[in-house]
Amino acid sequence: MSFLSNLINGISLGSVYAIIALGYTMVYGIAKMLNFAHGDVIMVGAYICYCAMSYLNLPPVVGVLMAMVVCTLLGMLIERLAYKPLRSAPSLAVLITAIGVSYFLQNAALLIWKSDPKVFTSVVNLPALKLFDGELVISSVAIVTVLACVVIMVALTLFTGKTKMGKSMRAVSEDKGAAQLMGIDVNRTISLTFAIGSGLAAVAGVLLCSAYPTLMPTTGSMPGIKAFTAAVFGGIGSIPGAMLGGILLGIIEIFSKAYISTQFSDAIVFGVLIVVLLIKPTGLLGKKISEKV
Amino acid sequence: MAQTPLLKVEDLHVYYGSIHAIKGVSFEVSEGEIVTLIGANGAGKSSTLNTISGLLKPKSGSVEFEGQSIVGVPAHKIVSRGMALCPEGRRVFLQMTVQENLEMGGFSRPAGEIADSIADVYDRFPRLKERYKQVAGTLSGGEQQMLAMGRALMSKPKLLMLDEPSMGLAPILVDQIFEIIKELHAAGTTILLVEQNAQVALSIADHAYVLETGTISMSGNAQELLADDRVRKAYLGG
Repeated sequence: MSFLSNLINGISLGSVYAIIALGYTMVYGIAKMLNFAHGDVIMVGAYICYCAMSYLNLPPVVGVLMAMVVCTLLGMLIERLAYKPLRSAPSLAVLITAIGVSYFLQNAALLIWKSDPKVFTSVVNLPALKLFDGELVISSVAIVTVLACVVIMVALTLFTGKTKMGKSMRAVSEDKGAAQLMGIDVNRTISLTFAIGSGLAAVAGVLLCSAYPTLMPTTGSMPGIKAFTAAVFGGIGSIPGAMLGGILLGIIEIFSKAYISTQFSDAIVFGVLIVVLLIKPTGLLGKKISEKV
Repeated sequence: MAQTPLLKVEDLHVYYGSIHAIKGVSFEVSEGEIVTLIGANGAGKSSTLNTISGLLKPKSGSVEFEGQSIVGVPAHKIVSRGMALCPEGRRVFLQMTVQENLEMGGFSRPAGEIADSIADVYDRFPRLKERYKQVAGTLSGGEQQMLAMGRALMSKPKLLMLDEPSMGLAPILVDQIFEIIKELHAAGTTILLVEQNAQVALSIADHAYVLETGTISMSGNAQELLADDRVRKAYLGG
């Protein structure tokens, strides 16, 4: 039973990584940049939801929606102020800026919410699911997290595959110049990508803190790095890859903690990443970049 | 003939960093014409087209379309004015299907008109219809060129700009592509054609301009240029 329960915890944690990884991978696919501030947007989302629920006594659903709205706007603002002026700058400059934005968000959170950890009340107040005469207990947060992940995955797949906006995003990710010739506003598309990714980050932040209820200004950084790893693991730029990478990473992490060593679990996670990248440098579902001339 | 030309480029200067790529190019395209810019590799042909379509910003000079200046208009707003560029190297969206590529070509048009335009493109390029679900990266070079042209036509342009449509294609396909260009012209589309293959380009064009290292060295009636000794020597192999 403990195996099953570990597996479920792994999938649930992995679903959070997957949702965060989607933000990384979409932004990378469109803007060809690594938005290292993405993890901190998660933290902001969790704080907004916390404030809405604890200070304003709003119902959890409203808290989640507020977090999504604030993070969506925050993501667009970050892109507009920090990254857009660097559109034609070398990628190293953009990367350093992203790290700067990450520190800025963490320190802004420190000023606003102070360094003492907040205890996050779960947004899911349903009883846990008990199976096999109570031998297997699945928390309602775990179920909601996995469901949310599946819904987001399906919605994004439909969005990029069926809608005009979604298709134009794919066009921009392939060839910005050609996309402009079609009449696609590249700046608007990039902004939209940041909006979607950041809105998803809010969901991830709320779900993460519902399962692991300690909220601090640095709460987002480790999951952010893990999710980035997941995106690379699955093949950066690929939406199904982010999903697969996230879930596998979550399972590996929980299993290492349960069966090998709590202290070494992160080392094992990153070790697996290194092995995968050595064998398949583009990640599990990454496309080989072939250029036809 | 000579009212306001459809496209008027005057004293255009374009730089890539410190490299002066276009040094004062001027030319005109009147409605209903096929105009060609010929010249060797690196003469500035593609830069000229990219500047007209807004991908490059000129340092100075003017570009007027239907009498209105389009310098400084962002590239994504140029297409809805009635100009489409079929870029060098085709640049179709390789990971998207044929149909999706065409949909992107019609991005600036109302959703209700897209289906009809796609049907028109399929009538002109039956090969694309057979492969509408195929990802563009799996098409042959000739098919990709057809797709790139079909995609450009999706915006119903008054002026179709073609950048090296013959590049990398087998001679039989080149003939086929130029047949299609002639058909498009006959159907009322004005065409600005950039080519290294001067022979074929001159044979279908009304007017021609010869570009040499960023300036226009010769211009005139395409048939006359085809017969001109200097052009024959430089571009037609004797």
